[in-house]
Amino acid sequence: MEALHFHHKVNQRAAGTKVMAIVGVVASGNLEVLVERILPESDCELDIKTAAVGFGAVWEQVVADFVELRSPGGLKLSVNDGGARPDTVALRLAQAVRLIEELDP
Amino acid sequence: MSAAPIAKRDAEAEAQRKAASWYEASARERVRLFLDVHSFQEFIGPEQREISPHLHIFNLPEQFDDGMIAGRGLLEGQRVFVAAQEGRFMGGAFGEVHGAKLTGLLRAVRDAKSIPLVILFDTGGVRLQEANAGELAIAEIMRALIEARTAGAKVLGLIGGRAGCYGGGGLIAGCCSALAVSEQGRISVSGPEVIETNRGVEEFDSKDRALVWRTMGGKHRRLIGGAEIFVDDTIESFRVAAIQLCRCASAFDTAVLQSEQMRLKQRLRQFGFCPDAVDIWRSQGIENPDAVPDMAADDFIALANRIREPRYDAR
Repeated sequence: MEALHFHHKVNQRAAGTKVMAIVGVVASGNLEVLVERILPESDCELDIKTAAVGFGAVWEQVVADFVELRSPGGLKLSVNDGGARPDTVALRLAQAVRLIEELDP
Repeated sequence: MSAAPIAKRDAEAEAQRKAASWYEASARERVRLFLDVHSFQEFIGPEQREISPHLHIFNLPEQFDDGMIAGRGLLEGQRVFVAAQEGRFMGGAFGEVHGAKLTGLLRAVRDAKSIPLVILFDTGGVRLQEANAGELAIAEIMRALIEARTAGAKVLGLIGGRAGCYGGGGLIAGCCSALAVSEQGRISVSGPEVIETNRGVEEFDSKDRALVWRTMGGKHRRLIGGAEIFVDDTIESFRVAAIQLCRCASAFDTAVLQSEQMRLKQRLRQFGFCPDAVDIWRSQGIENPDAVPDMAADDFIALANRIREPRYDAR
């Protein structure tokens, strides 16, 4: 297992008011993303635990793309990864933000 | 919300449930779609990070809910408790935290007395990495389940996930008030590979998928009375079945236990000599038993109801 941490300054807060959302399952080639609205609106953090050791540089790229594309200000994303490919990771991160931006029922 | 948007919202939810495969859905999707819209409230949700204390020792990834979702909600307006296993995380297996969440929920069910619990099983049994803690969890759950039933609550099991319901999960299912199963849902204690490893390929060929399905699959369980209701694979069908079981499932008293004892005795007498499920179906009076595995769900349900009315006076 390898633990990674990323912190980004972002331009915009994530839309919506929901405080928590979760997507995905921890399995081979899959991951779960827990997203919580607990940070200042200018910040975004990612805590990653991955079963695939030695891919820190790839994670850094995927996370940088995600932050630029989604501007997830105020969100902390916690990831448990079972060795997913970068495209799957990008998809789950996007799904997590979309879920927390949904209107509260 | 006024009446018109609510009616529209409920109609949309029903359409979603009819389109969604139980087998393909995650545990969270099952719970969300199975209950009335927006009615689910989770206990000890993933944000509390009650993760397994064992998996990190084995350098294995954890899941924030440890593969068990517990909570309450509404089923057609009626209060229910609900527990759901995520079959894709560690094969839905029971670890220490995973099991403790269900034990705690069952104690809440016991104390509430009249509110049913629906368990969405999807499990291979005990999580081997948590060995004794997992085995103890199974024992605690069975005790708590019987206490909940003794207090007057119904505990219903729904089985149709990719892991089936095996090992200790099969024992817990056997303690439930009633079960609904789909074709994909398999119920047993020892799984195919376990039987083959212990007793040899002559006893059970785990690679023979047709044999596995006709011995442990939903159709056979329905026909021999191991499950009360057979459903097709949609979330709507499981929901309709659960609503019916909430009404019909048996209470838990001496009369029910005696009737269950009689049922099992009779089953053994009637089918004990049959070497294969097909022989059982033939002796039940099914004219073309070889056709049962390929039968469409609706045709099978009609056949099963003709051969054996579901009974609710045992268990």
